[in-house]
Amino acid sequence: MDLHSIWFIFIALLFTILFLLEGFDFGTGILLPFMGSDDRERRSVINTIGPFWLGNEVWLVSAGGAMFAAFPGWYASLLSGFYPLFLLMLLSLIFRGAAFEFRSKFSNPALKRVSEWIIFGGSLVPALLWGVILSNFIGGVPVDASGNYTGALSNLLNPFALAGGAASALTFTLYGALFLSLKTSGSVKERAVGIAKKLWAPATLSLMVCIACSVTVTSIKPGILPLLSLLSLAAVLLLLQKNRSGVAFIMTALAIIFSALAIFTNLYPRVLVSNLNPAWSLTIYNASSSEYTLGILTVVALIFTPLVIIAQCWSYWVFRERVSTDSELEY
Amino acid sequence: MDTLFLARAQFAFTAVFHFFFIPLTLGLSIFTAILETAWVKTGNERYKQLARFWGNLFLINFAVGVVTGIVMEFQFGMNWSEYSRFVGDIFGVPLAIEALLAFSVEATFIGIWLFGWNRLPKALHAATIWIVALGSTLSAFWILVANSFMQYPVGYKMAADSSRAEMADFFAFIFNPHVWKQFPHVLAGGVVTGGFLVIAVSIWHLVRATTEREAFKTSLKFGAFYAVTGAILVTLAGHAQMQDLLKTQPMKVAAAEALWESENPASFSLLTIGDERELRDIFAIRIPRLLSFLAYDRFEGEVKGIRELQKTYETKYGPGNYIPSVVTAYWSFRFMVGAGTVMLMTSLFVLYRVVKGNYTFSSRVGTLIIWSSILPWIANSSGWILAEMGRQPWLVFGLLKTEEGLSPASVVSSTELMLSLGVFIVIYGVLTFTDVYLLRKYAIAGLDSSE
Repeated sequence: MDLHSIWFIFIALLFTILFLLEGFDFGTGILLPFMGSDDRERRSVINTIGPFWLGNEVWLVSAGGAMFAAFPGWYASLLSGFYPLFLLMLLSLIFRGAAFEFRSKFSNPALKRVSEWIIFGGSLVPALLWGVILSNFIGGVPVDASGNYTGALSNLLNPFALAGGAASALTFTLYGALFLSLKTSGSVKERAVGIAKKLWAPATLSLMVCIACSVTVTSIKPGILPLLSLLSLAAVLLLLQKNRSGVAFIMTALAIIFSALAIFTNLYPRVLVSNLNPAWSLTIYNASSSEYTLGILTVVALIFTPLVIIAQCWSYWVFRERVSTDSELEY
Repeated sequence: MDTLFLARAQFAFTAVFHFFFIPLTLGLSIFTAILETAWVKTGNERYKQLARFWGNLFLINFAVGVVTGIVMEFQFGMNWSEYSRFVGDIFGVPLAIEALLAFSVEATFIGIWLFGWNRLPKALHAATIWIVALGSTLSAFWILVANSFMQYPVGYKMAADSSRAEMADFFAFIFNPHVWKQFPHVLAGGVVTGGFLVIAVSIWHLVRATTEREAFKTSLKFGAFYAVTGAILVTLAGHAQMQDLLKTQPMKVAAAEALWESENPASFSLLTIGDERELRDIFAIRIPRLLSFLAYDRFEGEVKGIRELQKTYETKYGPGNYIPSVVTAYWSFRFMVGAGTVMLMTSLFVLYRVVKGNYTFSSRVGTLIIWSSILPWIANSSGWILAEMGRQPWLVFGLLKTEEGLSPASVVSSTELMLSLGVFIVIYGVLTFTDVYLLRKYAIAGLDSSE
């Protein structure tokens, strides 16, 4: 296998880890305003992701950095072309990060409440946008011969992309509810399970719509992977009825993995599909860095990615306990 | 409005704002780590209290540093897509390493440190804040490796079709002499910034004789040593960097000095009011021979002037204007060096008092010192303005002009740029206001608030 393909796989891996980790912390953020009846309960909800959310965001920065280094053509076309989407994403992440850090430091209850709604919006918008962006990777966008995006914002908000956005937002929210059912106790936990049960149907339905759209409005050949994703999600309802939220959480994670795999296998060896002319699509060859650079990056990634993964596993282990309203809360 | 102007304004604005938070993050992470280590070594609870107190202020600031940093990472692709294509093969590498090696470590361990006070053994917990500090430092290093390529490109070759620069020698690239002068300068700048905040807050408590007087005496003692160390190092590193710049970017030095004609021996400008169009002085007070001394450590030696350098560059790169904004370079240099000098004197004064065991400051002296904590920010920002504006008209020195790096106007419109710039100004304003409000609130609230 050539270095270009290895780097495509590595970036796909970084994105998948990003969705696996930030998926549940976006979901938790989206559910925050609805999760607690008082400040202490909502604080405990934030504390379930307290030690992790920034570590999870690392994978976004890593994916961005890796894309810039390994496929500068992709990075340049994507970020300039999808400008409004990435601007919204950045603004959401700014607000969200600041609100996490600042919320507990305000003494005024109204400011705390505002921070919660900022966390809600700052989590919902990126959760939606990732679905929109990834759908547009494979759905095809107007890219000209020089690799530049020539469309408008309306091209990015096509039916397939919007279905993708709905699917990602709903799946991440369900995933967050399941995470909360594992990490909280008492009334918060009960509420999380209740919400997960209610969210299952819309999440599954949106994924079905998304798959249907991919067949009807795009030329994508979905194959088996989206169906596996759908099946994993289908299992969640059964598991929830048997009170097996742990396995339900894992099945949702699997649904996310299968969806990401579906997208990246459909994409390969392209990285951005042109719907003007297939030959104008950006690929892992015409958008990449030199072999020399890819070689250096490989050495760096092989050494440091495992270290980061080990460190993060350790942090999940250190903070494995459930968070209750009686716990010592930091945020 | 002109897309080039808007994209540059946006970059300048977001970069300077990002850099409001970074030096303090660098400085306070190391300071917190030192205090926590003192606690582990001695078992003295006061050190732990202080580590938590300064760590709390560090965290408030850290969050804003991170979110504004993510904007920087994506801005290259959004506003400077042609630049990203041109240098991605090189510039992307340190950015990716920064993300994979430095930022990831820093962000993972900050969570462990913050939430791990009662879950980890003392020494291990102290190790996590050292890892955070190391991560911040490495982060700064890799970003400066990237920046140094723009200032002084090495280790590259042009692609066969000359469409882009490609990495030719990774080790030449990271051993770029420019970065080994710039990095110590920036790092020491962070230490001073942290040190001055520590001094200011400690003196605030001492002057007001709050109940935590004894703890803040300890804090002031550590802070004074820390700030003096930083102030001396930043001066030495700055001096070394300027001597290096004379070789790598003589035009930046000439502009910073408003030195129109080459001189030997060269004089140092105390105050110049110049005519940028005519490239001459309107009014100037200069100290003879001092610039030669700063440049070569002896009272003679030629320093090239703007006119001669312009001619050299025209011969080398073709017709064009190779002179950066002299007024910006000149005044940012003076603000940086001026603030640095006052910082050195202030921190030495505080250290002198502390060593003498005298912790009593009159309210007037106290107020002056408290306000001097703004100086590092002035120095840091003007230092970056000098570094970046002094490189103009080049985006990558000698290889790519600034206007050539812009995203095509057909892809990113001036409306998008204007809108995003407006949004960033509003949001960063709110963020900074909140950050300063919270820093002030918790600095004043004292040690108990961080328990």
